[in-house]
Amino acid sequence: MRIIVPLALAAALVVVASPPAPAAEVTVGSKKFTESVILGEMAALLARSAGAEVRHRRELGGTRILWNALVRGDIDVYPEYTGTLRAEILARENIPDDRALAAVLARRGLVMGPPLGFNNSYAIGMLERTARERGIATVSDLRRHPDLVLGFGSEFLNRADGWPGLKARYGLTQGNVRGLDHDLAYRGLVAGDIEVMDLYATDAEIDYYGIRVLRDDLGYFPTYDAVLLYRADLVRRAPAVVHAFERLAGRIDSTAMAKLNAQVKKEGKSDRDVAATFLRAALTVGTVPDHDADPMQLWRRLGPATLEHLVLVGISLAAAIVVAIPLGIAAYLFRGVGHGVLAVVGIVQTIPALALLVFMIPLLGIGAVPAMAALFLYSLLPITRNTHAGLVGIAEPIRQSALALGLGTGDRLLRIELPLAAPLILAGIKTAAVINVGTATLGALIGAGGYGQAILTGIRLDDVGLILEGAIPAAVLALVVQYGFEWAERSVVPRGLRLGKGTARP
Amino acid sequence: MLRLEQAARHYGVVAALAPIDLELEPGHTLVVIGPSGCGKTTLLGLMNGLVQPDRGRVLFDGVPLSPATIKAARQRMGYVIQDGGLFPHLTAGGNVALLARVLGWPRNRIDSRLRELARLTHFPEDGLDRYPLELSGGQCQRVGLMRALMLDPDILLLDEPLGALDPLVRFDLQNELRDIFRSLGKTVVLVTHDMSEAAFFADSIILLRDGSVVQRGSTADLMERPADPFVTRFINAQRARWHDGTAP
Ligand SMILES: Nc1ncnc2c1ncn2[C@@H]1O[C@H](COP(=O)(O)OP(=O)(O)OP(=O)(O)O)[C@@H](O)[C@H]1O
Ligand SMILES: [Mg+2]
Repeated sequence: MRIIVPLALAAALVVVASPPAPAAEVTVGSKKFTESVILGEMAALLARSAGAEVRHRRELGGTRILWNALVRGDIDVYPEYTGTLRAEILARENIPDDRALAAVLARRGLVMGPPLGFNNSYAIGMLERTARERGIATVSDLRRHPDLVLGFGSEFLNRADGWPGLKARYGLTQGNVRGLDHDLAYRGLVAGDIEVMDLYATDAEIDYYGIRVLRDDLGYFPTYDAVLLYRADLVRRAPAVVHAFERLAGRIDSTAMAKLNAQVKKEGKSDRDVAATFLRAALTVGTVPDHDADPMQLWRRLGPATLEHLVLVGISLAAAIVVAIPLGIAAYLFRGVGHGVLAVVGIVQTIPALALLVFMIPLLGIGAVPAMAALFLYSLLPITRNTHAGLVGIAEPIRQSALALGLGTGDRLLRIELPLAAPLILAGIKTAAVINVGTATLGALIGAGGYGQAILTGIRLDDVGLILEGAIPAAVLALVVQYGFEWAERSVVPRGLRLGKGTARP
Repeated sequence: MLRLEQAARHYGVVAALAPIDLELEPGHTLVVIGPSGCGKTTLLGLMNGLVQPDRGRVLFDGVPLSPATIKAARQRMGYVIQDGGLFPHLTAGGNVALLARVLGWPRNRIDSRLRELARLTHFPEDGLDRYPLELSGGQCQRVGLMRALMLDPDILLLDEPLGALDPLVRFDLQNELRDIFRSLGKTVVLVTHDMSEAAFFADSIILLRDGSVVQRGSTADLMERPADPFVTRFINAQRARWHDGTAP
C-alpha cells in the first residue's frame, strides 16, 4: 500500500492537475552503503528545497533492486556510478563511453545527470603492514602470493566487472576467496581473517585503518563517476527538482566524499546532518525542515519497527494458511495432483530469500508488498507439507471406521481427518511463523522496514548496538511466536489427542 | 437384504477371497470363521464397500453398491472394525453420536438414544464423557458396538468384536451381544476364529480357508458332517489341548 498510494496519487496529479502543479512528489532511493545514503540524502534535500514532497527510501538491498525500482517507477532518482551502469547493469550492450551510455539510458526513459565530481572506482587493498612485509604495491604483485586469503563483497565477487574479470585479466590463482558483506570485510581485514579485499576508492576506512590501495597497473577497473540517475518523466513533472540536482555537478571531489563518509561512519554523525551541512557550505542550500526525521529515542524507533515486522509476518502467514491448508488437503484427496503440488512448493522453498525478493520487484515493486509476497511463498511449504503428512498419517482403522459409518468426504475431513491432523498442521504453521520472523528481516533490503532496517544500518555503520537493536527484538519475537503457538496448541488440539500425545489406541 | 453374486477380491495374483455367492437371511446370525488370513475381513469389507470386488457384484436391497448408493447403504449397516477404530479425538459419546449429529438429529433425541444404548450394552453412563484413551479395552469394544447400533441399522457387521478381552469379560459380552441380537431381531454377520464363540452365536456358519469356502451349514453340520478333513482339524484344534490335559 505504501508504494501504491503515492504512485496512484502521483499518476492522478499528472492527469488531473497539470497546470499550476502542487508540490511534485519525488521518491529518492539509495543503496545500502553509507556513501549512497549520503548522496540520497543530498538529492532528497535538494528536491525538497525545490518545493517537492520528498520520500527517501534509504539503504535498499543492491544495484539490481534500485535499477528495477527506478525502471518500474517505484523511485524517481538514485545515486549510481557510470562504471556500474556500463560494466554491470548494461554490460551486454558493450557501451564504449559515457556519451553512448546516456543514449542507451534515454531509450529506457532514464537520464543520467552530470558527474558529481568523484570517481569511486573499485580498488584492491591490503593492510599497509601486510603489504610492506610481502612487498606488494600493485595488483600484478598478487600473482606472486597465491596463498593470500581474499575477502570480497558479494556484489564484487559475482559482478562481471568484479572478481571474475579481475582474476582473468591479471591471471590470479588464489583459491581461498570468501564472500562477505563489504562493511564486515574491514573487520575481517583488521582481525587478520582475510588479507586482501575490494574497496571503494572513497571508503572512509582506507584512511582510518591504514590500508594500502594496490595500483591497478593493467588499468582493469573502469571509471566509476558518481551521478544521479533519474527517470526522464521527472524533467516534465518536476523541472525545478531536476534543476536543483544539476547544482551538484562537479561539487564533490574524492577527498570531500571520503571525508563525508568518515563523518558518518567514524564520527557517528547522522547521514542527514552530514548531507545538510555539506549542502549549506558548498551550495548555500537552506535545508527545509523535513517531516520524516529520525526519531531519536529507542522506543520510538522500536514501536514502528515492531509494527512493520508484525504486519509483514502476520499478513503473509495468514495468506499462507488460507492457501496452504487447502493445497495440502487437495494433495491428500487427489494423489496424482498431490506430488505435483508438494514438488512445486518445495522448489519455491529452495529459492534463496534474496533472489526471491529481487524476482518480486518487476512484479510488485519495492516495499512491504513484495516482501510479504516472498514470505507468503516461503510459508507455503511447511504448512502444505504438514497438512498433507497429517492427513496421510491417520491410522488405517480410523480411516476405515469413518468410511464404514457412511460419512461423506466433507464430513470425514471436517469431523475426523482435519482434527486428527491438527497437531501437525499447527506445527507446520509454527515453523512457517518462526522462519518468517527471521526471513522478514531481509525485507529491509527492498524497503519493507521492520527489524531488518536497524540491522542493515548497523552493518553499514559498523554499529553493533544498532545491529542488536534489530536482532534482539527479532529473536525475542521468534521466541514469543514459538511459545504462543505452543500455548495455542492447547486450545486447537482436541483433548482426546493430548491425552495420549497424539497416539491412538490400536 | 444383502447379496453377493460371484464376488471376489484379489491382491496381485493371490485371491484374498475366491468368487462367492451369499445372501444374508433377515434376523439370522451368520458366523464367518477360519484361520488368520483366510479372507474373513475381506468378505466383510465386500459387504459394505470398504473392499471393492474385482469380480462379481454386491447388491443391497437389489441395487449394486456404487459411489452413488454406498453412503446410504453404509448408514443402514453398522460396522465394528477389527481394531475398534474409535476416533481418539472424540469422547465415547461423541464417537457413538457422530453420525446422528451429521444427519442433524435433535439434541434430546441423541441424548436419549445414547442413554438407551449405554443401558443395552451395560456401558457406564458417566463413561460417555471419557475419551477412548481413558477407557478399558472392553469398554472400547462396547463403544464400537454402540456406534454401530446408533442408527438402529438392519444389518450388523462385526469383525472380531470380542478379540483381546479376558475370558470373563468376553463371556459376559457374548451373552449380552446375543441378547441384543435376539431382542432387536438384527441380521448379523460376525467374524471370529474361535469355534466355541461361533457355535454360541451362529444360526449358520461359513468356514473359510485360503480365501475359499470349505463348508457352510449349522454348527451341527460342521461337527457331524464335515465336508473336508480340514473342518474336523480346525474344530478339534481348539478342543484338543483341553482334553489331552496339556491346556494351561
Ligand atoms: N490391502 C491388502 N493388500 C494386500 N493384501 C491384502 C490386503 N488386505 C488383505 N490382504 C491379504 O488378503 C488375505 C485375506 O486377508 P483378511 O484380512 O481378509 O484375512 P482375515 O481372515 O481377516 O485374517 P485375520 O483373522 O488375521 O484378521 C491375507 O492373505 C492378506 O494378507
Ligand atoms: Mg481380519
